[in-house]
Amino acid sequence: MAFHSVEALCTAAGAVPLWEAVLLDDCQDRGVARDASFSRMAALWEAMKQSVRDYDPDKRSACGLTGGTGAQVEQAAVGLMSPFVTAVMSTALKVGECNACMGRIVAAPTAGASGVLPAVLLPMQKARGFSDEEAVRALFVAAGFGQVIATRASIAGAEGGCQAEIGSASAMGAAALVSLMGGTPEQMSFACASALQNLMGLVCDPVAGLVELPCVRRNVIGSLNALAAAELALAGVRNVIPCDEVIDAMRAVGDSLPSSLRETGGGGLAATPTGRHIAEMLSGHTQN
Amino acid sequence: MNIFDIMGPIMVGPSSSHTAGAARIGYIARRLLGCQPARAEILLHGSFAATGQGHGTDRALVAGLLGMAPDDPRLPASFELAHKAGMVFSISNTVLRGAHPNTVLLRLSDGAGQTVEVNASSLGGGRIRVNAIDGMEATFTGDYPTLIIRNEDRPGQVAEVASLLSWRGVNIATMQLYRDKRGGLAVMVIESDQPIQQNMIEVLRTSPGMVRVTYLNPERGN
Repeated sequence: MAFHSVEALCTAAGAVPLWEAVLLDDCQDRGVARDASFSRMAALWEAMKQSVRDYDPDKRSACGLTGGTGAQVEQAAVGLMSPFVTAVMSTALKVGECNACMGRIVAAPTAGASGVLPAVLLPMQKARGFSDEEAVRALFVAAGFGQVIATRASIAGAEGGCQAEIGSASAMGAAALVSLMGGTPEQMSFACASALQNLMGLVCDPVAGLVELPCVRRNVIGSLNALAAAELALAGVRNVIPCDEVIDAMRAVGDSLPSSLRETGGGGLAATPTGRHIAEMLSGHTQN
Repeated sequence: MNIFDIMGPIMVGPSSSHTAGAARIGYIARRLLGCQPARAEILLHGSFAATGQGHGTDRALVAGLLGMAPDDPRLPASFELAHKAGMVFSISNTVLRGAHPNTVLLRLSDGAGQTVEVNASSLGGGRIRVNAIDGMEATFTGDYPTLIIRNEDRPGQVAEVASLLSWRGVNIATMQLYRDKRGGLAVMVIESDQPIQQNMIEVLRTSPGMVRVTYLNPERGN
């Protein structure tokens, strides 16, 4: 089964809420019971929460480039943004750093973009008192939109650039937020489209080919973009280009990206003198 | 692609292809040997060789060889755990002709005469593909219940396995046959729609001509 268009996803959400349409489709697709599907998603939510709880500000990645900034933002932010937004930023950094430092995370949709969904959902749960069950429902919404993006376009940086990883995570997060706030399926599709189009063209240019720089910090921008897209949609702002067309455009942009900007470590930040220097230093030391 | 290919897996970072996929490859290779390796030679190709150290590919492979799943929090400490467990391993780079960028060649031995060589690639999102076993082409992903049978190349072996499966109501989804030479060693890879019961595997193991029978069950995380 699986959903191949946002249009079909929204149509399926006629009789039941959109999250439930995604759950029912999963039950049919994998031949599992309703409880099994829900509890598997609930386990992912629990693991997301755990990855934030387990954050260790003293941990550094194997190459030493990454670590500590999640706590730094939490403690030393000067207040340009509200405490809620600062919490979103620090959560995104914490999970991104946890991933870079070989901690346990949930790929959503990828490991490199694993900070976005926890960053938009966890501070929201804390600020507004949503239950775990409501958060898990929002994850079904995120998964439903993510499935369409993966089917029509891509969720792999090596194929579609960072727009396919952070862009997709942001679009999934935007739709999830709208669902959490009680928005309509149409508003979810507006939010998804809006988030995706704002990050369209974002290239995958990791320094030394590692999921660290700029990946960790792009989780921050993906999260803030998701909040903005959801806020717009919930305020009733419509998106002109339909969500499926935005996804198709993202694919076309990804296809036209040169290989140097698709996770090869050959272009963008990776190709800067500093980026190259870091890569050379890292390839210098070997183990075993 | 189901929704849990999009959300998840739960894994130790930093990369689903270079870390989670590598751990799965190590685990499947261990299963193909049939026990914990006493010695392991790990040869990294392509992007695994270029960025494997920074991505923990080396530690993830060793973790898999020790029997850890991709979400095992002990994964980063796998080198130390291997030393404690008495597993001797070496890691080096190699170039494999025409291989996927994320490919590894694992040579394992149990220290008592049993060996296996596994060539496998990590395809992204934690999904993997075994390309060859003991130098013989054998392609499977472990996404389905999978039987890997190494047997003597002689008449009736395929029929015996197929009839046993059909008798127990197991539908064969795909089937591949390879051999090194006529009358030599053959590899049979069978992916099925239904899980295969443990007692059927025991029956296969004791059948004449069967050299080694491995069963991978994706529902149990392999």
